[in-house]
Amino acid sequence: MSEELLNLTLHVWRQDGPNDSGRFETHKANDITTHMSFLEMLDVVNEELIENGKLPIAFDHDCREGICGTCGMVINGVAHGPQKLTTTCQLHMRQFNDGDEIWLEPWRASGFPVLKDLVVDRTAFDRIIQAGGYISIRTGSASEANEMPIAKEIADQAMDAAECIGCGACVAACPNASASLFTAAKISHLSLLPQGQAERQDRSRKMVAQMDAEGFGGCTNHGECEEACPKGVSLRWIARMNRELVRSMVKADAPIENRKR
Amino acid sequence: MELRSNEPAGPIENRWEKHKEANKLVAPANRRKYTVIVVGSGLAGGAAAASLGEMGYNVKCFCYQDSPRRAHSIAAQGGINAAKNYQNDGDSVYRLFYDTVKGGDFRSRESNVYRLAELSTQIIDQAVAQGVPFAREYGGLLGNRSFGGAQVSRTFYARGQTGQQLLLGAYQALSRQIEAGTVEMFSRTEMLDVIIHDGRARGIVTRCMKTGQVSPHIADMVVLCTGGYGNVFYLSTNAKGCNCTAVWRAHRHGAAFANPCYTQIHPTCIPQAGAYQSKLTLMSESLRNDGRVWVPRNKEDVTKRPEDIPEADRYYYLEERYPAFGNLVPRDVASRNALNVTNDGLGVGPEVDGERRGVYLDFDDAISRLGEQMIRERYGNLFDMYERITGDSPYKTPMRIYPATHYTMGGLWVDYNLQTTIPGLFAGGEANFSDHGANRLGASALMQGLADGYFVLPFTVGNYLGEVRTLPPLADDHADVAGAVKAVEERVQKLMNAPDPKHAPEYFHRKLGRIIWTKCGMSRNKEGLEQALREIPTLRDQFWREVKITGTGEELNQTLERAGRVADFFELGELMCLDALKREESCGGHFREEHEENGEALRDDEHFSYVAAWEWTGNPGEPRLNQEPLTFEYVKPTKRSYK
Repeated sequence: MSEELLNLTLHVWRQDGPNDSGRFETHKANDITTHMSFLEMLDVVNEELIENGKLPIAFDHDCREGICGTCGMVINGVAHGPQKLTTTCQLHMRQFNDGDEIWLEPWRASGFPVLKDLVVDRTAFDRIIQAGGYISIRTGSASEANEMPIAKEIADQAMDAAECIGCGACVAACPNASASLFTAAKISHLSLLPQGQAERQDRSRKMVAQMDAEGFGGCTNHGECEEACPKGVSLRWIARMNRELVRSMVKADAPIENRKR
Repeated sequence: MELRSNEPAGPIENRWEKHKEANKLVAPANRRKYTVIVVGSGLAGGAAAASLGEMGYNVKCFCYQDSPRRAHSIAAQGGINAAKNYQNDGDSVYRLFYDTVKGGDFRSRESNVYRLAELSTQIIDQAVAQGVPFAREYGGLLGNRSFGGAQVSRTFYARGQTGQQLLLGAYQALSRQIEAGTVEMFSRTEMLDVIIHDGRARGIVTRCMKTGQVSPHIADMVVLCTGGYGNVFYLSTNAKGCNCTAVWRAHRHGAAFANPCYTQIHPTCIPQAGAYQSKLTLMSESLRNDGRVWVPRNKEDVTKRPEDIPEADRYYYLEERYPAFGNLVPRDVASRNALNVTNDGLGVGPEVDGERRGVYLDFDDAISRLGEQMIRERYGNLFDMYERITGDSPYKTPMRIYPATHYTMGGLWVDYNLQTTIPGLFAGGEANFSDHGANRLGASALMQGLADGYFVLPFTVGNYLGEVRTLPPLADDHADVAGAVKAVEERVQKLMNAPDPKHAPEYFHRKLGRIIWTKCGMSRNKEGLEQALREIPTLRDQFWREVKITGTGEELNQTLERAGRVADFFELGELMCLDALKREESCGGHFREEHEENGEALRDDEHFSYVAAWEWTGNPGEPRLNQEPLTFEYVKPTKRSYK
């Protein structure tokens, strides 16, 4: 584990609030060790900004171990930065070279309005789940867990889809700002399982309708979402979502109206 | 202060049922007349808010994260215990109860622990019905593994992301209630105070983290499920935002704080790499099944590459000292031994603040024995994570590990109903002290959070409301409400306008963490604790004088958020040290160097078989100690020994 020191130039998107038009601001990050995480590098820059009486760069983060899905920024044009299958918080500075210029931007999508600097509002994702991303089971009314065997292969596939951390990188990476990968992952997780069958048809229609209502674009098979996904959630779930949607339209009794935002 | 545990009497296996029969109910049609505030949306808070919403209560749920799905329960890796006995290996509710009481080193309340074991099986049913994709066997039934040295396989898991999947289950149930309109969700909203009226908790004061707006929320009762206080150490495996503000504000209004010195240190975390380090990452304990822990025998070798140190010069200290358990000794024993060898100057890895705090966890033997492929199958994702963080490949060179704070067993004192010493204020999950005694067993945190959230609180909340029936209306302009709002606003202003602003809040938090970690961490002694108790108030005064926050309080201001949390950690940190000083024994996660025998912890049941419930007196240095005596009718205290 050899350690080197890096001197970097950061071009950071600064935006005072949702109504500000925003601009890039240049900051120096000197003597950054290659063992630092990317966010620790920003911590160092921020602490210096504060001590100099300036406003620190606002960015979202929490667990810093790649599971909560809070962090995320576009680094040199790539959602979550250069390392595959890695969230921003798990990215380390050894991925960069001395003298690098680094451009930092928030997720850009009309479904994710910027709140400040690199912080965006992702409550649209919550509303997509609220539209039907659950199995309606009252607390206490569950039957014995082993009553219904589920083939290991199915359970494993459901888990593959359920790995999504809801970070929004898929939306940021998509030229259409589509939330299809996020929505499809949840639809697939629940429709694969026997417990999810009762609400299967309504679920896909309601969730897709909500996704559209939030202003996310449609999927045109670019595949950028899968590339950017830090958890490797597969594009094939979008194909599955589309099948679910067609299936529900064929079988549906009544159309579901778009909900208001 | 009178501590009434309100636990039912009689045979332990009937207590919860009997308790439920005796208690008050609220009729379905009346439930919507009651407003219940739930603070926190992790396993306990998310499950409680969803379940109470389903029952028909009017619920308001708050979290500081941008979405309730991101609460730190999400980071739990290993699994969740349940006494299903699917493996036919002799598990039972009683055995899980017994293991938990013993594992907690006889410092928990038997009735609560039995209820936890009893409810464990229902949690699995509930989670499976929600679509939690637990690991399954080829026959389609649920898989189990043995975890943390348990002698039965009772742990259910979803790859290495059990916490994530269980939390998403609770989050989805919560989302369903938000859609149904029974739960109103407030994300990016931080609770900064409790509103007390007529001796009861009647609401909270919050700050909107987007706009800085300070607002009161009135309710019939308040439930705090706000997690643990591990971030008092600055470096811990907790998420950066985890904080003690909600419980500490409650404590300052009269809620007793129990056993603050009981903190759990996890032995297998990635060591600190530099002074800038912001958090520590946990590596699953399962690694100790195949890895061998060692340090160089000679101080001259600590800077050498491990591959260049000959076998004879390697000190496999756990294997040598504990031949029976070897590398699989319990968490606290493994942690303390790592501390001791690094204190002796044998630590490895980068030097931080003049010390090398790391030991090797070597897979060389396991790779020779089982082949790299087998090791990759077992630990591949952990090895990848390690390499991502350190730049080293554990297939080629030994991992470096060191203990880190992971969980806090202490928390708000609660009775059998999970009610604190303030009527109408309840606490669930890691925020309360109730079930783990002085030490928590692996895979029991998820179990407790969900037991409290799905099955205990929905019932005890109803019981409380059934008892109080109708509370007088409370308006926003009432002095008790307006006063609480004003106090919060004033505190924000005080933080924003320190007289001699110099440093960001992290500067102070790091210093505080260093004091607590070195003097109230894995190993404690009277001298160190007394020194900490002199240092903390001095540093706290410096904080209030010199904390520097730029920007304003009326906008998204992450520096301000952190400053408020650090201010509360200062007071809690002091209480931890006081509690550790007072507890003149070693038990569970609390190890006092004066109380040991050949390196083994010496518990003192005669003098310390009690819950220490500290009461706020207005002066953080002089809290009042109340004791709840502990009695053990079923599991008789014995000595833990791993020699």
